[in-house]
Amino acid sequence: MVRVVNVFLERVLDGTGAFDLLISGNATLFAIVRLSLIVTLAATALAGLIGLPLGAVVALTRFPGRNALVVVLNGLMGLPPVVAGLAIFLLLSRTGPLGSLGLLFTPTAMIIAQAVLITPIIAALARQVIEDLWAEYRDELTAIGVGPAQRVTTLLWDARFSLVTILLAGFGRAAAEVGAVMIVGGNIDGFTRVMTTTIALETSKGNLALAISLGLVLIAIIMAVNAFAWGVRQWAERHAG
Amino acid sequence: MLAKLEPTIPAVLLRLQGVSYRAGSTLILDDVSLSLDSGPRTILMGPNGSGKTTLLKLAMGLIDPSAGSIETSPHLRAAFVFQRPVMLRRSVAENVAFVRTAARLPFDTQTVVRLLTVVGLRDLADRPARKLSGGEQQRLAIARALAREPALIFLDEPTASLDPASTKAIEDVVVSVAASGVKIVMSTHDIGQARRLASDVVFLVKGRVVEHASGPAFFAAPATDAAKRFLAGELVI
Repeated sequence: MVRVVNVFLERVLDGTGAFDLLISGNATLFAIVRLSLIVTLAATALAGLIGLPLGAVVALTRFPGRNALVVVLNGLMGLPPVVAGLAIFLLLSRTGPLGSLGLLFTPTAMIIAQAVLITPIIAALARQVIEDLWAEYRDELTAIGVGPAQRVTTLLWDARFSLVTILLAGFGRAAAEVGAVMIVGGNIDGFTRVMTTTIALETSKGNLALAISLGLVLIAIIMAVNAFAWGVRQWAERHAG
Repeated sequence: MLAKLEPTIPAVLLRLQGVSYRAGSTLILDDVSLSLDSGPRTILMGPNGSGKTTLLKLAMGLIDPSAGSIETSPHLRAAFVFQRPVMLRRSVAENVAFVRTAARLPFDTQTVVRLLTVVGLRDLADRPARKLSGGEQQRLAIARALAREPALIFLDEPTASLDPASTKAIEDVVVSVAASGVKIVMSTHDIGQARRLASDVVFLVKGRVVEHASGPAFFAAPATDAAKRFLAGELVI
């Protein structure tokens, strides 16, 4: 095992110059990482603002078509990124209904694409968490006299640690996405090029140094996010019960 | 549904008339008629499955009767303490403050501290509520109930599964709260506890109120065979 790792380090990382790129603080590499984080964080925030209240409302209300909406939300968790990208491309293209906004091939379009992909994930998982919590809290909150609006805020707050984990899952999904941002962002050098699209492009060109170094950064970010999620849960269990 | 009593009979807090409750095909409560006045401590007694919890939930308005009517005195504010209260994921003090906010009552630190002092949890104000012991959680549930400034508190077997020390602590709080003028309606199947606490006893069997008498009268000379057998420790099925 150690030998395999050594060979990997020697041939792939050293041999391609990926380590040099990482250690040298290559400006291109860090600009790509920076843009990737901005796009993904913004998309996660946007998806959270929409998905968390949506999940809570679906969990706490009964209305005609609710079951169909639950099925749709669950189904959209597996929405193919290229299909989402194509739909947003058609919306934002010059002849599309939102073409006048001029958003196509901009980071904003990429934020929208990632948000569209992960909003159903966040909403569907939040619905399940809040529905379970509501089953536990229903009688108590009713007896306390908590109104419908405060139920939503109370359950969102009391489910906060689970919801943070859900947001981080959404972040991980968005960060690893390539198809949709490639279509709506255009992978324009220095403007809409993010880690995943760069890896795809540079690998096809044979420039493995940049691709591998970005791959390492991407994995490190996703691992850090998961470690943070785990830490949040541990802290929550110790301090909030 | 809950309706308001005419203010001509202020002593009656709660009146059930011909109330039945059915869950699916099972009749849980059968034609219950009952008036509860503002006296201190009413104990609902009866074997497991006699309908005590359902009666309390109906009286609180948490569920609607299948038949009959439930009337409360005007502007009656009630609170409910569950057998297994749910602790909100926040501190002890914040649990109390939450109820004040929900009830649109003014609250400040002094109010919260006063309520926690009543139930003996002042020193645990900053502790996460879910980290409390079972007895402490039950006392916090009573503090939350008091935070609503109720005229009436329903307690559903609040000491079930608690150790004797915790049970005594809860009973002391119940007596103290009742002494402050709050009407207590509490269910229990613990005969000793009923003897210690009851001003009057409502005895239920199979969803029917078979006896409603003052505590001393009920324990000295129960009027029904079911009550006699229950107090003698026999199984009443």
